Amino acid sequence: MMLIPMLSSDSVLSRALGLWGLLLLFGAGLLLPHATQAQNTPGAQGPYALTNAQILVTPSDTVANGTVVIRDDSIAAVGPNVSVPSDAETIDVAGQTIYPGFIDSGTHLGLQEVGSLSETQDFNEIGDLTSHMNALTAVNPNTVHVPTTRVHGITAVITEPETGMLPGTAALIGLHGYTPEQMHLGGVTLTKLDFPSIGRQGPSDDRAPETIEKESEEALDKLNEVWDAAERYAAIDSAVAVQPEARRQPTHLPAMESLVPVIRGEQPILISANAASDISEALDWAEERGVLDQVILGGALEGWRVADEIAAAGVPVLVGSIMQPPSRESDRYDKAYRTPALLHDAGVPVALRSGKTENVRNLVFHAGFAASHGLGKTDALRAITTTPARIFGVEDHVGTIEAGKRANLFVANGDPLQPDTDVQHLFIDGYKLPLDNRQTRLYDEFLNRNPGLEK
Amino acid sequence: MTSVFSSRLPVALGVVLVATLLTTPAAAQDQLRGDAPNDWLIQDATVLTVTNGTLETGDILVRDGQIAEVGQDLSAPSGVEVYDASGEYVMPGIIEAHQHMGISNVNEATNQVTAEVGVGDVLDPYDIGIYRALAGGVTTAHVMHGSANPIGGRNETIKLRYGVTNPDRLKMEDAPRTVKFALGENPTGLYGQGRDQVPRTRMGVEQVIREALTEAERYMEKQQAYQTGDRAQPPEHSERLEVLAGVLRGDILVQAHAYRADELLMLMQVLEDFGVQDLVFHHVNEGFKVAPELAAFGDDGAGASVFSDWWSYKFEVYYSTAYNAAILTENGVNASINSDIPGEQRDLFLQAAKTQRYGDLSDTQALSLITINPAKQLGIDDEVGSIEEGKAADLAIFNEHPLSVYTKPQRTYVDGVVRFDHEQDPDDMRLRVDPEGTVDLARDGWSRHAAHSCLKGVTHLRATHQGVTLENAE
Repeated sequence: MMLIPMLSSDSVLSRALGLWGLLLLFGAGLLLPHATQAQNTPGAQGPYALTNAQILVTPSDTVANGTVVIRDDSIAAVGPNVSVPSDAETIDVAGQTIYPGFIDSGTHLGLQEVGSLSETQDFNEIGDLTSHMNALTAVNPNTVHVPTTRVHGITAVITEPETGMLPGTAALIGLHGYTPEQMHLGGVTLTKLDFPSIGRQGPSDDRAPETIEKESEEALDKLNEVWDAAERYAAIDSAVAVQPEARRQPTHLPAMESLVPVIRGEQPILISANAASDISEALDWAEERGVLDQVILGGALEGWRVADEIAAAGVPVLVGSIMQPPSRESDRYDKAYRTPALLHDAGVPVALRSGKTENVRNLVFHAGFAASHGLGKTDALRAITTTPARIFGVEDHVGTIEAGKRANLFVANGDPLQPDTDVQHLFIDGYKLPLDNRQTRLYDEFLNRNPGLEK
Repeated sequence: MTSVFSSRLPVALGVVLVATLLTTPAAAQDQLRGDAPNDWLIQDATVLTVTNGTLETGDILVRDGQIAEVGQDLSAPSGVEVYDASGEYVMPGIIEAHQHMGISNVNEATNQVTAEVGVGDVLDPYDIGIYRALAGGVTTAHVMHGSANPIGGRNETIKLRYGVTNPDRLKMEDAPRTVKFALGENPTGLYGQGRDQVPRTRMGVEQVIREALTEAERYMEKQQAYQTGDRAQPPEHSERLEVLAGVLRGDILVQAHAYRADELLMLMQVLEDFGVQDLVFHHVNEGFKVAPELAAFGDDGAGASVFSDWWSYKFEVYYSTAYNAAILTENGVNASINSDIPGEQRDLFLQAAKTQRYGDLSDTQALSLITINPAKQLGIDDEVGSIEEGKAADLAIFNEHPLSVYTKPQRTYVDGVVRFDHEQDPDDMRLRVDPEGTVDLARDGWSRHAAHSCLKGVTHLRATHQGVTLENAE
């Protein structure tokens, strides 16, 4: 619209540009409505060929100048000598770098829209024993938080229930899709256990020492009681399966039923624990219960205090959020930032979790802080790509840019962990997705508001 | 304040009292850096002055806690310590215009108007959060009353002289006095929804403020009448009205918690009606919608101290954008970035850097958001906020450019004294161990709801170690 008066006047610009210039400008003007419409256009699958790119195939393997071909939902070819298929839309990304999509290993994304409004919270069912609740069911694929998150190159997240001891199952979701099922990545489902926190909870915990001891014991007793019952339930269930006619089905208990795959060793258990003593207790408990090799530890803010124990247990850790003060007043100021490095140095596989909902996008900066606080850039990138992919058993599908894997990747004009870098193109499951979102649209509208002060 | 301090001193110091009595008075007031030098030559750094460009391989000469000279190839006068900052970056100490650390109470949530109270009376110099902020390059903080009441209490601008035990020594001596106002969901939630009292709506918030300021006007008229002899008696003394009269006279700056565009316009109209010129909005998530109006307020515009990217934690911040700071800046509004929550202020340099992803602010514009701009908002820009001769030597040294995600603070100077040293400081920097507390316990950090004491939607009050705070109902 702004072009019209300029073109109609005999401006210096229009004379200088000449007829071709005018046509070009006009063409650009005609394209503008399309650009606006594109804001609501869904993503589209290719084939696409991203050419002249630096490619971060894995965090430790970079192709200096190559091509990535995307066909359907997958990466069809990667390398310096890949030819562009005739039917592919070519996107020249010279001077830019292609990164594998990042993974946040712990969020509430899609399960809460507005923090203070309980009507919009779906991660927190009532009760201590709600292990049959599935976060995936309540994921809102159209939450305003998904488009604002993925434009930072974050293409998949673990989204978790919370509250109570056994709040339900967490799910790995890709950040494009119109149903939870379309988003569910690799079928990854983790039973979550918020391990009972023993001991004093902090400065405002004014319970008497005897009360703390009593309540800690009660909490552990309760967990063991539930687990005993679940083991019995699983045993009866197995017995019935062998002799369906001879035995009676157990009374249907959904929460017990949901723990059967864990007890049978078929499903990972995500144990959330942060205080050092809780982590130790949780590892001992898991060993006693015979589920240690299924354990993924979440949170682990004091994991560095018991890093050797965690390493010896062979348990991977989803650490974070690291962007908070150390847990104790006596701790060095940067201990939380250093936790990923300290765990990594002890030999523990480390993935990063932001623990956020609307600001999962900050995962990239968390990784930057982990990198500079001992982890190094390569391992920081691993902590948001290949390591979580391996922990969740989807390393054949995501985490690197290799032929045959899902086309979850993005193109950036610099280091994607640096604030001044911009993501230029984004693909999830081969869909090229628009980069605009409500926050960028507000910027576009209000940077130069019209009318300004005077109408 | 002096009398309060001296009467509380023995109790407050607890176990360190004996040690205190055995040392000289000056050192007794500073447990960490009593004898630390405040004369320095910082050499060969990249000096980011913020107000006067960048100096490569620059030197800063600090004499008696002040910046004496900024230049190249300066030589150290005798007795002046030299710090070799080659390869490092020096920026002005970071200033946070909205913070609640270092105080033992936040909200006097008992009345819609509580201008008579002030957080300067409850400063806690032992708060480890002060040290941790220094470890993020922060040197000055505007410590604020909470957002429960449409007109809350007075705030305090403190310098992070961690190590001193006299709370008064944290105060920035010449900083203008400020008072907290609060609009929107917090006061309407607490009073309207929680107590069935006015205000339940943003209409009510406006009238509470107008009524209070009108009362203060009448109070001043009566004082005036008494002085001119038109009235036999002065009005009965009211500390509350004295503070509000200070606002009307322009002596006390209004610092208003607010989010939505409509309430920003409302308060600007109210203050214009009462002839008040100084106004800084805090949080201001919808400031970008009325940026031209903010810029046009009063003589110098209304300031805006914003979050880098917080949103969606309650309804009045749902329609937010992380591009807020950039839009405000480009529209001529004096904007700053704050973190609000104790413990969160350690990466303000990263929060400022985000304006290069959310908008394309220049390095200087981005650094201004955490230095000279908040200094202007607090009326202290003639003393701090940039690296200029004559200003206080409040300096933050980083190993990489402070807007890089990989940067790490190395040293922080307050009044020329090194108050944070990445190399030298031991892990445990507590000034005292609480003799009554369980030693070395993990803090209440795990609960996702524990943090947002000033921010969360207000539906009820909760007593915590920080006093009564506003909490979201769970």
